[in-house]
Amino acid sequence: MTESVFSADSVPMLALGYRFQWEPAQDCFVLLYPEGMVKLNPAAAEILKRIEQKKQTVAELIAELKVAFDGADLDDDVYQFLEEAHDNSWIRAE
Amino acid sequence: MTTAGSEQNKAPGSTGGASGMNVRDAIRQPLWLLAELTYACPLQCPYCSNPMDFANVKKELTTEQWLTVFRQAREMGATQLGLSGGEPLTRPDLVELITEARKMGFYTNLITSGVGMDAAKVAELKEAGLDHIQVSFQASSEDLNNLIAGTDAFKHKIEMAKAVKANGYPMVLCFVTHRQNIDKIDEILDLAISLEADYVELATTQYYGWAMHNRDQLLPMKDQLERAEAIAHRYQDEQHGNMKIYYVVPDYYEERPKACMNGWGNVFLTITPDGTALPCHAARELPGMTLPNVKDSTIHEIWSDSNDFNRFRGFDWMKEPCRSCDEKEKDFGGCRCQAYMLTGDPANTDPVCSKSPDHHLILEALEQGRLEANKPVMEQKPLVFRNPKNSKKISGF
Repeated sequence: MTESVFSADSVPMLALGYRFQWEPAQDCFVLLYPEGMVKLNPAAAEILKRIEQKKQTVAELIAELKVAFDGADLDDDVYQFLEEAHDNSWIRAE
Repeated sequence: MTTAGSEQNKAPGSTGGASGMNVRDAIRQPLWLLAELTYACPLQCPYCSNPMDFANVKKELTTEQWLTVFRQAREMGATQLGLSGGEPLTRPDLVELITEARKMGFYTNLITSGVGMDAAKVAELKEAGLDHIQVSFQASSEDLNNLIAGTDAFKHKIEMAKAVKANGYPMVLCFVTHRQNIDKIDEILDLAISLEADYVELATTQYYGWAMHNRDQLLPMKDQLERAEAIAHRYQDEQHGNMKIYYVVPDYYEERPKACMNGWGNVFLTITPDGTALPCHAARELPGMTLPNVKDSTIHEIWSDSNDFNRFRGFDWMKEPCRSCDEKEKDFGGCRCQAYMLTGDPANTDPVCSKSPDHHLILEALEQGRLEANKPVMEQKPLVFRNPKNSKKISGF
């Protein structure tokens, strides 16, 4: 991976043409994009759900996740996921 | 997914972009529904994947029938809906179909030549919830594009590509490459960059339907391919993080067949304009097909129980060398339609595979293409354009 794209005040957004939705037939959240689909694991879904719901900084996103998951120490995991998701072109930074 | 509209239709796995659909561990579901809404098309591309006798199909499904198909496929897990043809814009109910499909939760892909579209239509489709428009180009220059498309469409396509971008769609450009345009691949990519495309698909012509008929004139030469591949890879590096370029290697030059449709009856379902359900858009040509129709059966019945969809599922149908091959789970023995067209038996190994006893047929086809390409221009066979007149003439009705 190259240098990191996200910092505490960057705002992650779904990339153009990507849609996040629940798929009953797959029993999981998915990302849909032109002619493709990614099945998401629960952790990825928790992050992308919040990115999709509202525009907020990475710091705010992490704070929200900590509230939802009993103050778990998840900063590194979130940053790592964001970089990977960006590398896959699922999200962009604003 | 191979690649589109009056152009070549795509199947999951035919491009890198579809890799996310390779859900091999899941139960078989028709994840990808390709709705060929109509065979009507203002273009006449000689590499069209529509059947040669398309002019014989008179009656298209009604709006209500299409919506029933969408609903049933969606219930079975379909997420991607390809609206193709022919030219789907010739359907007067296109906006209604998209509106309803989007409400059902489909990711809606319009696969179009852009002919018949204007900026207002692009905005109207966006309003209806259309997720993605793929505009196909035949080449990078006006003259060649128009020659290949058999119509005067190039300037309009450029305008439409710009309108697609301006309306906030991801811009996906598709160029179907072959001997007559592959040397322009750098110009094609420069055009895509100037249009600010997000994705470019350099889809090699696949030899079905009209393309098979014109194969001697379309097969690229080896040195053309090597040059094109090098250029495509250079642009891929330069455009990394900017514009995604999918380059599909033509299977005639490969030693192993493509994993056609990600396996027969595995994720892909095509419905033709008259309601025939097919495991791939070329399968109607195979002998022994029962050709179930959505007017008589539900998608569930067709997908789960029909002879056609079960015919080449799994591995039991395979002959040698596929049956005992340790790569069979990777490529499923290749393409059934190609096996039939070239060897006469759809259960044979795709002759692209160098293990196939029929592999010489591919080498002979390449040689025949080479001989044709080396003839003086005046002596070369003319391309046969895809239009109703030629369809009737060739199919004999």
